[in-house]
Amino acid sequence: MSRAVDILHGGRWRDIAARVLAAVPLNYAVTSALTMLIARLLPGGAQQASVGATLMSFLIFAGLAMTAFAVRSVSRLWAGLIATGVIAALADWYLIAWGGRL
Amino acid sequence: MKNGFRQSMAWLHTWTGLLLGWLLFAIFVTGTSSYFQEEITAWMTPEIRSVPADGPTRFAAATRWLEREVPGASEWSVYSAGKRAAGLQLYWVNGPDAPADAPTDARLDGAGRKADARETAGGDFLYRFHYNLHYINWYWARWIVGIAAMAMLVAIFSGIVTHKKIIADFFLLRLGKGQRSWLDAHNASSVLFLPFILMITYTGLVSLATHYMPWGIAANYANEEKFFEATFPWPVPAEKVGSAPLIAVAPLVEHAERTWGAGTGSVRILNPGDRTAQVIVSTAPDASMSVRPRSMTFDGVTGKLISAHNPSGAATATEGTMIGLHAGRFASGVLRTLYFLSGVAGCVMVASGLILWTVKRRAKLPDPDRPHFGFRLVEKLNIGAIGGLPLGMAVYFLANRLLPVEGAGRSDREIAALFIAWGGVFVWAAVRPSARAWIEVLAVTAAAFALVPVVSALTTDRSLIASLANGDMVFAGFDLSMLLVAAGFGRAAAKAKRRATSPKAGVRKRTAGSPVTEAA
Repeated sequence: MSRAVDILHGGRWRDIAARVLAAVPLNYAVTSALTMLIARLLPGGAQQASVGATLMSFLIFAGLAMTAFAVRSVSRLWAGLIATGVIAALADWYLIAWGGRL
Repeated sequence: MKNGFRQSMAWLHTWTGLLLGWLLFAIFVTGTSSYFQEEITAWMTPEIRSVPADGPTRFAAATRWLEREVPGASEWSVYSAGKRAAGLQLYWVNGPDAPADAPTDARLDGAGRKADARETAGGDFLYRFHYNLHYINWYWARWIVGIAAMAMLVAIFSGIVTHKKIIADFFLLRLGKGQRSWLDAHNASSVLFLPFILMITYTGLVSLATHYMPWGIAANYANEEKFFEATFPWPVPAEKVGSAPLIAVAPLVEHAERTWGAGTGSVRILNPGDRTAQVIVSTAPDASMSVRPRSMTFDGVTGKLISAHNPSGAATATEGTMIGLHAGRFASGVLRTLYFLSGVAGCVMVASGLILWTVKRRAKLPDPDRPHFGFRLVEKLNIGAIGGLPLGMAVYFLANRLLPVEGAGRSDREIAALFIAWGGVFVWAAVRPSARAWIEVLAVTAAAFALVPVVSALTTDRSLIASLANGDMVFAGFDLSMLLVAAGFGRAAAKAKRRATSPKAGVRKRTAGSPVTEAA
């Protein structure tokens, strides 16, 4: 993790830009996919599950945003986020196609 | 390893804090003032005298007024902002015979008479500004505010991680020590008030959650409308079938209040004077911690209870209570004051953090007398953002008393006065040396706040002395708070001046602090 610090303090702008892009737009996409997944999986009916998942989404976003600036490797950061997002989105798609929506 | 993590979080804390700090300061200041939104509105409409009346009587009087003034309307609604509100807000939907430009709203005072007050947006403007901003589209404004709030959440979490001695900082406030003092002020305000600041940030995001994160709803609803219909039921008037007298409203309100053990916040009457009439009574915003109201629907002719809506479910209750915690409408007296003071601590935290950025870097500048562009920019924006908004608010209150009472667009001109003053401070900061600009802006702000009760006494019959004599705690409290705020800014201006003119200033400038190191 100390490499993240060197990069941030050394001001390597491409690295910082890659982390910012991962921490904000990519993070939003991944958080959205995860929030949908939680909304599909929480018990208590559609309304409660949707509200509950929405409440949690901000913690997920903040956690992922911090991770983006803490991990050592930018490429592994992007790979990890994209993989998480794709898996969650596929699960969302499957669950909606299988269970339908209101 | 652990140290590296802490350092990258410190970097994140510094830069997210700086980039969005100016906006966050404005959100915190206007949001904090909103804990006294009703009192500010009352002060800004001095024509309305608060007459205490119980819920059923007030709503019955408002219904009689509507019956007299707009009998043909297809819908009436009467809103009360709660126990602290000076009057009632009325809306109606005109029937087909009414001209297109017929009025659709009115304000009544506590005695049920039409309030003939000056046109003002009052405390409501400051409240709305803290999430809708102004002069820009509210949809994008909410996104900007949300990004700032999320940056704040990240800055808080990373700030906690950055902290080595979180317990020690609880008790540590070294004054008069330049950079160390700013750091202590930043730490003390944020650590001591951490529960509040964390709560207010998260619940702020939750308040506009479906705006920022609509995907939780999209996962279960093909049509978002279906979710909102289920969550916030809003019946519309049926087809009219023939006239029948409207039942007396007071007993229905009484029945509802007895059942809930809570006050009424609104009465909606669909198709008044028709056989299909319905009366919907809802709980007041200050009736419970959750903001989601309970409601009862009665038949408007027979008075029979048709249905009762009681929002239930763990997630809904959590969400409603989170938003309730944010807005603090349920809080009375002492708790409201604590809310306000915590909000002030939040303002201090953001402001001291922003100033700390310059103080820390000033010590490391190659030539402190000629700082680089980025440094100067931050310094000027700090003056404009931290010094400008309070001055703008004082000017907003002054404009309320000084603009002609009659005339169209009055409330817009009050708001314009706020932004002209605020913008003026940015210009002032840009053209003056920073150290001088701080002193001048702080001094002018102090004078403007001190003038508010004076101008109010000269232009209305509700001066501070009269209010104190009449035991009018809202008006007296407002005027006294203005004097208190003025004293605070005056003290800050004096300290900034002493620092700038002290013989040690040159030395301190290089070693530790800015000329305004102790200003707040």
